[in-house]
Amino acid sequence: MNPISRIIARLSRYRRHKFAGPALLIAGLSIAGIGFSVAQAATTEIQKVTTSDKASLIAEGKEIFARGCSSCHGLNAEGAGAAPSLIGVGAASVDFQVATGRMPMADMSQQAMRKEPVYNEAEVAALAAYVASLAPGPAAVTNEELAWERSGDTALGGELFRTNCAMCHNLAGQGGALTQGKYAPTVMGVEPRHIYEAMVTGPQAMPVFANTVLTHDEKLSIIKWIKHAENEPALGGAALGRVGPVTEGLLAWTLGLGLLIGIAVWLTTKAR
Amino acid sequence: MSARERLAGGTANFIDERTGAAKWMKKTLTKVFPDHWSFMLGEIVMYSFVILLLSGTFLTFWFDPSMKEVEYEGSYEPLSGVKMSAAYASTLNISFDVRGGLLMRQIHHWAALIFMAAMVIHMMRVFFTGAFRKPRELNWIIGVALLTLGIVEGFLGYSLPDDLLSGTGIRIAEAIIQAIPVVGSYLAYFVFGGAFPGEVFIQRIYTVHILLIPGIMLALITAHLMLVWYQKHTQYPGPGRTEKNVVGYPLMPVYMAKAGGFFFIVFGVTAFLGAVASINPIWIFGPYNPGQIGAGSQPDWYMGWLDGLVRLAPPIETHAFGYTISWNILIPGLIVPGIIFTLLAFYPFIEQWMTGDKREHHILDRPRNNPNRTAIGAMSLTFTLVALINGGNDLIATHFDLSINQIMWFSRIGIIILPPLAFVITKRICLSLQRADRELVLHGRETGRLVMLPHGEFIEVHEPLSPQKAYLLTHHEQNPPLALTNEDAQGVANPQGIKGRVRSRMSRAAQEQITKPTAKEVLEIEEGHH
Repeated sequence: MNPISRIIARLSRYRRHKFAGPALLIAGLSIAGIGFSVAQAATTEIQKVTTSDKASLIAEGKEIFARGCSSCHGLNAEGAGAAPSLIGVGAASVDFQVATGRMPMADMSQQAMRKEPVYNEAEVAALAAYVASLAPGPAAVTNEELAWERSGDTALGGELFRTNCAMCHNLAGQGGALTQGKYAPTVMGVEPRHIYEAMVTGPQAMPVFANTVLTHDEKLSIIKWIKHAENEPALGGAALGRVGPVTEGLLAWTLGLGLLIGIAVWLTTKAR
Repeated sequence: MSARERLAGGTANFIDERTGAAKWMKKTLTKVFPDHWSFMLGEIVMYSFVILLLSGTFLTFWFDPSMKEVEYEGSYEPLSGVKMSAAYASTLNISFDVRGGLLMRQIHHWAALIFMAAMVIHMMRVFFTGAFRKPRELNWIIGVALLTLGIVEGFLGYSLPDDLLSGTGIRIAEAIIQAIPVVGSYLAYFVFGGAFPGEVFIQRIYTVHILLIPGIMLALITAHLMLVWYQKHTQYPGPGRTEKNVVGYPLMPVYMAKAGGFFFIVFGVTAFLGAVASINPIWIFGPYNPGQIGAGSQPDWYMGWLDGLVRLAPPIETHAFGYTISWNILIPGLIVPGIIFTLLAFYPFIEQWMTGDKREHHILDRPRNNPNRTAIGAMSLTFTLVALINGGNDLIATHFDLSINQIMWFSRIGIIILPPLAFVITKRICLSLQRADRELVLHGRETGRLVMLPHGEFIEVHEPLSPQKAYLLTHHEQNPPLALTNEDAQGVANPQGIKGRVRSRMSRAAQEQITKPTAKEVLEIEEGHH
């Protein structure tokens, strides 16, 4: 008998064990799951566009635009069909949409979602320069320019967030559902400049928060509160996604009641 | 006699001479309880209640039930200088500046969730095993009252901190009160002492939360336990167990030790959750302000299904005689829950009416042996589960990349189609299990051993069941449907009218069974086969 068939013979002794079925199921699911994630990781390849020598930022931006954006937005950014015109949206809009990976869209789904950006920072800057050259619009900002850590007020930011943002983005900034599959994304882990640009440009379903609605300093306060909430340690233990009673109820039923019922079963097991 | 024995004996004698407790204690301490894990579910509820009383008392030492506006000056910096109610400020104070306060708050809240969950599981055990049958109908009704009070009590506790999440819940409660036709708006003014949010509701719900409802619940729990004590505990079927005895262990020492130990285990698990998992982090949500609202606002799970019902209601309103009737809130918020809890409370009597069985039952049913009841239970749970899922529709939408509209439509259609489907499927499964039991009794257990007979035929060896197992599978009684007369003595057709016909149909459904093997059948097979 060779070693493999010996192992099989040994294993097969357990084929009628009461845990044989569950064990096989778990093994099968694990193999399928791991196999799938390996296969998926192998197919993901980040498209990289090499940056050429920057003689003219705008010219380069125009070239990138023609290659990567014009098939939807038109050769002169005039827009077509579902893709809006980009004339006058400004550099802030380009920086927000492209540097957060929302544009170019992966597919025509309900909403462009945040993902690994396709273009690097230099390319985004070139694209932004090109779009800004078409017509004046809100300018892109950098994290350093905003100086939110110095000018913002966390408590005021919290009040402003709850008044202006929480109705879509959730009280804890975890995001929320909108109609027909659209959603307000989480504001956690977003670059301060992108939060600012989102308020200024009002991307997708979001309204524009002009300086008459929220002043520059108020916007910085909101950023400061978001950054505080993001970095706040989980004060009461595991945060459970900070989405409130739904995950809490789930944990009470599974871990809480599960443990207690398990112990009750154990307590009433007859000694053998 | 050692000094210690003398001291113990002396003390016992001292108490007995003054209270006459010895006779009562002797009877009580030897009382027998059956042993099964599912009989400990009710204990989880009771121990959680004790934990709630203890941790809640701790919280009252620092909680300030006032809506007076204060400026926060505590140690949670992101809210410093923010205007809030004293209730919210004192909850922050408990969380951050009282030693052990946050742990106690979290233990209190986790205990509440476990209290309600254990109550539901306990109720499911009682329902599916038929433990509510005569003489225990009153205890079932007390249980339904406790469940209802528990939901209200939990909701009030969730509302007390006066944070933005709980204030949203109170706002919805106000809308539901207002939806009551004609008197709704007056009633809302009465409850809130004026226009919402007013300045009094925190004080009011505090009194109700810490005094009124816990007092009633304590009285009902006492009555519940006294009835269990007096009527004796039900037991699962088995050899030697009859309608007239209880097989188990005596209270002292076995059950004292088990139950006492289990209390500390429940406390331990609750404290563990309170220590490692955050619950209701009100400091993130901010103080309540009627002008603010958060996406994904949810109630605690035991209210979640009610919220889900309101969320799936289509927007229908009627305007008549200067009044607006909001059917979209009135029906899911008040009428449907009213019907559900009424049916729940009266179920023991409904079943008696369907089966005509008014005898006492102390031996529990195996759920498969009462397919109709088990199917009704599965149907009700499915209804509640669909509603509960819809209560979390916004979070399901964002976390599973779905459209909230599609989830709502799934729930709207599902809440009508899925419960009857669950009924039919469960009933079929129960009947199939009965068939399997019948097979098992008649032909024994399949061993998986194949034997070749001398003439070449292969047979699988069946092992006969143990007498205990065979008893378990055949002890239950099977009754025919009620024989309701189609014609009375004077020849009048269908004397009981439509009611009789409905009852006759119900009775047939309730008694649908796979005929269990008779002793004669078993004997014949045993003689014929092996």
